[in-house]
Amino acid sequence: MDSGPVRRRLWLLAWLAASLCQQAAAAPAEARAAALLQLLHKDCGACHGLSLKGGLGSPLTPQALAGKPADSLVATILNGRPGTPMPPWRPFLSEEEAQWLVQLLQQGSAR
Amino acid sequence: MAGSTLATGQRTLARLLAPLLCLALAGCASTPLRGTGDLGVVIERASGSVQIVDNSHAQSLARVQGLGDLSHASVVFSPDARYAYVFGRDGAISKVDLLTARLVQRVEQASNSIGGAISSDGRVIAAQNYSPGGVKLFDADSLALLASVPATTGANGQPSRVVGLADLPGKRFAYALFDADEIDVLDASTPTAPKIQRFAHIGKQPYDGLASGDGRYFIAGLYGEDGLALLDSWHADAGVRRILAGYGRGRQALPVYKMPHLRGWSIAGDYAFLPAIGQHEVLVADNRSWAQVATVQVLGQPVFVMAEPGGRRVWVNFAFPDNDKVQVIDVPTRQVIKTLQPGRAILHMEFTARGDAVWLSSRDDNKLLVIDTASFEVRRTLPALEPSGIFFSSRASRMGM
Ligand code: HEC
Repeated sequence: MDSGPVRRRLWLLAWLAASLCQQAAAAPAEARAAALLQLLHKDCGACHGLSLKGGLGSPLTPQALAGKPADSLVATILNGRPGTPMPPWRPFLSEEEAQWLVQLLQQGSAR
Repeated sequence: MAGSTLATGQRTLARLLAPLLCLALAGCASTPLRGTGDLGVVIERASGSVQIVDNSHAQSLARVQGLGDLSHASVVFSPDARYAYVFGRDGAISKVDLLTARLVQRVEQASNSIGGAISSDGRVIAAQNYSPGGVKLFDADSLALLASVPATTGANGQPSRVVGLADLPGKRFAYALFDADEIDVLDASTPTAPKIQRFAHIGKQPYDGLASGDGRYFIAGLYGEDGLALLDSWHADAGVRRILAGYGRGRQALPVYKMPHLRGWSIAGDYAFLPAIGQHEVLVADNRSWAQVATVQVLGQPVFVMAEPGGRRVWVNFAFPDNDKVQVIDVPTRQVIKTLQPGRAILHMEFTARGDAVWLSSRDDNKLLVIDTASFEVRRTLPALEPSGIFFSSRASRMGM
């Protein structure tokens, strides 16, 4: 289970990416935003729990995500995490939408 | 005879009493005397409520509220089919009386739970928990805690999450450990001091399990590799062996947007029908040798693969983004004979006890559908609030449910 070097490289990448784009993620249009929130609680909720407190997927509460670089979380959402049940959502979410979701999750305003 | 000897006075009295009697009966009509053998419980995931439904008349009888987070909930029944035990995501067990439609008991026993089972004698409720990972045993009447069995520690240093808990004959339970690659058999003959038999290294990341309808076999599905792990409880000393190994045949695994669910309904006659993980296939195995005999191509990642009680056909629903469809496989020819599109987000299917109808839940259309299994016609739709699991009381007398 030691993924130290990989993880370190990811963090470095994430830090680079984060310093390149510091502005907040743009909010999607209202109807799409509602659909994304539904997706989050229903389909992400299938693994992470309806209230996102965790299940087979790890908790996605602000406490659980505190201190984790947003861009690495965005990358996890878009690409999944090989070797774990976290699937890639890129076919269904744009980069901006994933950023917006991470922002909501980290702020605890995903409801 | 009695009528002919009835005095005029008595007859008048009877005539006077008759309307009163009718009134009394009408008063009772709102709660008629009934059996519970053909009732069901429907989980309404977002509102923390359940509906009690009556299959004989395809109607809803009542809604019971206050059951907490039911985003992943399952239900088992007392042997007399009067009580439903609902296991919620938030670690609570709620005991619901189907006759009075009341929540009669509720215990919060873990912070994150995934389901439970009831012992073969109906005396012990076992809950399988994610955090803290382990199994807890409760008295079925009072829900008092009898024993707590922490799971073997996983690679992350925490007690493993417990999946696939199923009852076996002789007051035993079997389950698998997602984080510790283990199958355990727990003997609850003395429920305050359960005995555990552990089988290690059974395969990577077991995600769910099932007991065959006769309670002989326990099978764990594996997320981390192509294959399943099988324990023959008649010959437990022989250990756990791999079945259907390498079913992906080296093909790239497709993403899985929802984990499949396994239960004893996978077995139809001589065959077991099991969801592949990461392949849009249903695997068919001989249910004695457990050799793979076929694969059936389906349109998405299967979630529930359920045999009709008669075993002639197998119904399949799917993970996101194909969760608006259901496919039906003919068992003798192993062909998909029907594709239905009954509603958005079909989360669950439940056959009536003898399979003449199947109830489906459509989460995103807020409805239940009752479908005739012979004609595939929708007999009835009923409103429900984001319904997920549907559980009929006929499960009360089945093993591995
Ligand atoms: C099939 C199950 C499954 C589904 C569905 C799923 N996830 Fe995950 N997710 C996981 C698992 C398992 C992990 C933990 C991976 C690990 O062990 O590192 C995870 C991890 C994550 C993480 C990283 C958390 C951290 O602390 O590093 C994020 C963020 C995340 N998921 C977001 C989402 C979002 C958003 C969705 C829906 C669009 C989603 N997930 C749907 C299983 C799932």
